[in-house]
Amino acid sequence: MKTWGGRCGAALVVLLVTAMQAAPAAAADATETVKKSQSAFFEAGRDFQARVKMTLITREGQQRLRDLTMLRKNGEAGEQKYFMYFHSPADVAGMTFMVYKVPNRDDDRWLFIPAINLVNRIAARDSRSSFVGSDFTYEDVSGRDLSADAHMLVKEDQIDGRKAYVVESTPRSAAEYARKLAWIDQTTFLPIKEEYYDVQDALYKVFTADEIKDVHGFPTVVKRTMVNVKTGHKTEVVFERVQYEVGLGDDLFSERYLRRPPERWIK
Amino acid sequence: MTAIRTPLHWAFAPLLAWCVPVAAEEVSLHGFVQGNYAARITGQELPGPEGGDMFLGEERLQIKLATSSQGSAFFLKTDVFRDAVARVSDLDVREAYIDSSSGAVDLRLGRQIITWGVGDLLFLNDVFPKDYEAFFSGRPLEYLKIGSDAAKVDVFTDVVSVELVVVPFFQSDQLPSSRRFFVFDPFPGVSSRVTEERRAELGNTEMALRLSRNFVGFDTAVYASRGFFTTPGMRPDSPTQVTLFFPRLATYGASGQGNALGGVMALEAAYYDSMDDRPGRDPAIPNSTARYLVGYQRQPWSDLTAGIQYYGEYVFDYGPYRDTLPPGFPAQDRLRQLLTVRLTQFLRYQTLRLSFFAFYSPTDEDYDLIPEVRYSVTDALWGAIGANLFGGKTETTAFGQLNRNDNVYVVARYEF
Repeated sequence: MKTWGGRCGAALVVLLVTAMQAAPAAAADATETVKKSQSAFFEAGRDFQARVKMTLITREGQQRLRDLTMLRKNGEAGEQKYFMYFHSPADVAGMTFMVYKVPNRDDDRWLFIPAINLVNRIAARDSRSSFVGSDFTYEDVSGRDLSADAHMLVKEDQIDGRKAYVVESTPRSAAEYARKLAWIDQTTFLPIKEEYYDVQDALYKVFTADEIKDVHGFPTVVKRTMVNVKTGHKTEVVFERVQYEVGLGDDLFSERYLRRPPERWIK
Repeated sequence: MTAIRTPLHWAFAPLLAWCVPVAAEEVSLHGFVQGNYAARITGQELPGPEGGDMFLGEERLQIKLATSSQGSAFFLKTDVFRDAVARVSDLDVREAYIDSSSGAVDLRLGRQIITWGVGDLLFLNDVFPKDYEAFFSGRPLEYLKIGSDAAKVDVFTDVVSVELVVVPFFQSDQLPSSRRFFVFDPFPGVSSRVTEERRAELGNTEMALRLSRNFVGFDTAVYASRGFFTTPGMRPDSPTQVTLFFPRLATYGASGQGNALGGVMALEAAYYDSMDDRPGRDPAIPNSTARYLVGYQRQPWSDLTAGIQYYGEYVFDYGPYRDTLPPGFPAQDRLRQLLTVRLTQFLRYQTLRLSFFAFYSPTDEDYDLIPEVRYSVTDALWGAIGANLFGGKTETTAFGQLNRNDNVYVVARYEF
């Protein structure tokens, strides 16, 4: 008994010490986890190409389709360039959209409108704006600065047999959400599920990764859904013909190709 | 806008559409069917068959055919329309060009729309033709631009991108015509008008050059052009005849656009060298001017974009201009200033767009307000209703002269 009690006491001390260290360590771990998650979700490979089909579905079941080609190239120190070409609907067909992302700075965004052959910069500040009318914001499509939120590991959980870290992210300055809970896969670090809460702490948006595939060694969310639980509107996104490391040149992300989208890459 | 009227061309367009795709690797066919109507709401009517309340009424079919193969491409955008006001049906080749690309050089040959500069509905270094009649009568924005029959060469280097446009066939702006609009006419008593269009001669070839590059995060460009004013000068030849002509013009300018102050900042300036009237003593020809623009746009909240612009136009040799201006003619200010505001709010998952654009000139004391509501019923079908509300202290200024043309317009378009 004495021996057992001694062991028990020692274990208790270990537990206490662990608990005392846990707070800062957990925050650091949480930030590290989110960093890994962003890297897996938004930055995989040196470059990336996919045909993206977004279906916007109203509560009543009316559907709209956004069909685009997305190209991405990673630069140094977290910089990224995006190029999107819209295939449909008809009123935006032929439009191209380009984004230069530099961490902790406003994105540079350009839009090409073929009807008047105009390339124009567009204001980028508001990360809350919907991407092409979908339930996804621009940030949901191309990522959010790691330091824009405070991250905290809440618990570990399991979803469909996958072990996940549950991380709570709270914006440091005004954002679309007041807090976000993310279930991050412990193996792939991809987000399996995300819950967005508003200022009244009511759940309003839920993200789910519906299908994850291994593409050239990169686990990739090829099917995802964002549901607005308040309006009943949802957006389903399917990535088709996903490819990594295809050798996109830097020159592709330029006004020249905004005006004349390179056929080879936009199919 | 030059519309081709011969029956031969009517037959030719579909034939072209049929033949070209055969050899091409990629073919796409899109277009729309559109109804577009506008009514003057001031209760005033002009004499003549086109001067009634309903001053725009048309149904339009647009075909966009694109084919491409190994670095070259062909594009045709052509409209067939029925103008119910003039009671004519017609064909309008909006764009028709061939693209070719080789290494760092792109070539585009044919009728093409070219848009330069960073202004929002204000054009400084964009000397290419525009259709203001379309714009003021509530036709969709794309009809503001008219295609130029031109050759365009782009050369891309690491240092700078070069764009050279050669326009052998002069195309003037389409201004609101007195058949459908109440417009200011400085010679109201002279009924005979002769327009001296610039002939298609080598010596009349217009050239425009644009050099651009990104400079510390700003898209910067310099411009130069040599050609003609696209709006005519008016010269009374006799008590019974006025000649409309297009004086020579050279322009030099620069622009920059980039992120600043949490939004997008735009700056542009241009010098208009009125080559046929450098001393400024010919009242029929505009004097040389300096034009500048400062613009700023940002998103104050979700799906709302707000933009403001300040524009100025400074007239050189103002003294000689005033001295030679015939008595009774309205004088332009030495410095004309213009402010614009644009507000665009998307609602209901961007299916509903509320927009407002305003031109206001504190010097001319005139304005044009353009509110519009646009709704996308489905991905293929959208409709819009809007208005042009003009006003001014006098009826001789740019917007003031349109005072009696306040109109409400509707557009419905099915795209495929």
